[in-house]
Amino acid sequence: MSGLDQIFVSLAHWVAGWFPASVQPLVSAVLAIAGMMAVFGTCFALTTIVERKVLARMQNRLGPNRVGPFGLLQPLADGLKMLTKEDIVPFSADHALHFLAPLVLTVPVWLAFAVLPFGRKMSAIDLDAGILFFFAIGSASELSVFMAGWSSQNKYSLVGAMRAIAQMISYEVPLVLATVPVLMLAGSLDLNDIVAAQGTYTFGGLARWNAFTPWGLAGLLLFLIAATAESNRSPFDLPEGESEIIAGFLTEYSGFKYALFFLGEYLGLFAVTGLAVTLFLGGWHAPFQWLEWVPSWLWFAAKFTSLIFLFIWVRATLPRLRLDQLLNFAWRFMVPLSLINLLVAAVWFWSSAWNFPVAAAVRWLLCAALIALPYHWLGRVLRGPLPPPRQYSYAE
Amino acid sequence: MNGLGIIKGMIETARNFAGSYHDPQRLTTVQYPEQKLPPVENARTIPFLVFDGDEAMAGLRCTACVICEKECPPQCIYIVKDQVKKPDYVGKMQMQPKVFDIDISVCMSCGICVEVCPFDAIKMDQVFELSTGDRFGKLLLDKHQLAKPNDYFVKIHKTEAGEIDVRREEDKLKAEAAAAAKAAAPKPPATPGAAK
Repeated sequence: MSGLDQIFVSLAHWVAGWFPASVQPLVSAVLAIAGMMAVFGTCFALTTIVERKVLARMQNRLGPNRVGPFGLLQPLADGLKMLTKEDIVPFSADHALHFLAPLVLTVPVWLAFAVLPFGRKMSAIDLDAGILFFFAIGSASELSVFMAGWSSQNKYSLVGAMRAIAQMISYEVPLVLATVPVLMLAGSLDLNDIVAAQGTYTFGGLARWNAFTPWGLAGLLLFLIAATAESNRSPFDLPEGESEIIAGFLTEYSGFKYALFFLGEYLGLFAVTGLAVTLFLGGWHAPFQWLEWVPSWLWFAAKFTSLIFLFIWVRATLPRLRLDQLLNFAWRFMVPLSLINLLVAAVWFWSSAWNFPVAAAVRWLLCAALIALPYHWLGRVLRGPLPPPRQYSYAE
Repeated sequence: MNGLGIIKGMIETARNFAGSYHDPQRLTTVQYPEQKLPPVENARTIPFLVFDGDEAMAGLRCTACVICEKECPPQCIYIVKDQVKKPDYVGKMQMQPKVFDIDISVCMSCGICVEVCPFDAIKMDQVFELSTGDRFGKLLLDKHQLAKPNDYFVKIHKTEAGEIDVRREEDKLKAEAAAAAKAAAPKPPATPGAAK
């Protein structure tokens, strides 16, 4: 059991053992980086084909099925196509920035994976302020998007970049605020500590994941919505809105730079999904005590995959928002609700000392009501008064 | 409740997702090169030349009147008249084209040539797999490539071809009757030429 659980760690130790002791830290770091790049690079390739297949099925189509069995070699064909395409840089573009923008997006995103615990003892670096590092690194994507939009010297690129900036900065606030209750209750900024805090069991073996508490569930939903917006995915894909502004900040990009943007966006999505798993879904812990024998990294992978599927599912379902709807939703709904969620987390913490029969149920229902009522009320405020019933006049 | 519509929508897409695997009726995709939809009678792509009988050049209905060449908006038709005449379906001597080329890379499939043709000689085809590696040679079709039998026309545009066939049959009968009447009648008393 523990052999399979720690197989990657043991493997890395074994390989590092070949080297002299002085270079072993470097070797293990390189091994961790190589492993992550291999896994998440493959994950990116697979996600592109799975997303297309699932979207197609949700729209009653077949999806790509021409290249290889079931179309599984499609990512390879896409990659080859992207590599062999001509790389066009507009004459009036700012060449240096135009070249740097995809790199600025892709490189920091890889760094964000460093602090995520993918399994028991499986985080590349154990940083005390891991979550701060994650958000600090993540905010580089705004810079990259604006670099791309500005340097292209194209009105659509600039409009897309402006939209992206407005959207990403607006949603950064609820994204961070949704994580604050988790940090408060775990009492640590270290992601390994946060996972450990969710590692105990109650009620005969049910895990103490944050998502099983009212504030945790609300926090998870807020976090996922904000993460969708942060990674520019539908229904918040205004920066790229194809039907409105061609491809937004990607308009003047072609060939492998375009592919790098896609890589960066998907890796950003993976990183933020991994963070959601870590913060709210118990990281690599099993949901029930009797399932602890399953390797921890498999639990992480299962939760990660389900959340990615959820993102694809949402993309297939919801149409794109308008810009004012998007910003109203962020500032008039998400931000107040995540602040209220902080309060609910405080009530949850305060009520943890309650010690009377059915205290757990009362506590749960009280906190759920404290978050559900503002949710209902804020939704009403956001919507405003209902318009009067429509009057139709028909031609004679 | 807020957000109920989102859940309803997600249930709908989930139903599509599951349904597309066990209910093939849902899938509207036709896997084109292997599967093909039956041709639609009203489909029209590029023009072709109709001929009667078995021999293409002898039965060509075209009389090289060049109306289509003049009317063609993108001017993709090129006609050279032949010096030799040939009899048409009622036995009347008509001109015939020596060269009849259509550049299908220029043709915009408007069908104006078909509408102006007084001889029902040019009609719209239904072929659509016209891509070729030879940009200049294979896209300029000459009269041998363009000529297709009337049976083919009947096959692709049944209604239109049926009407035309009936009309042409009537014309032919009328012409035969006129010829028979002419043969049976006594010699006309005086034609301007004979009087001299």
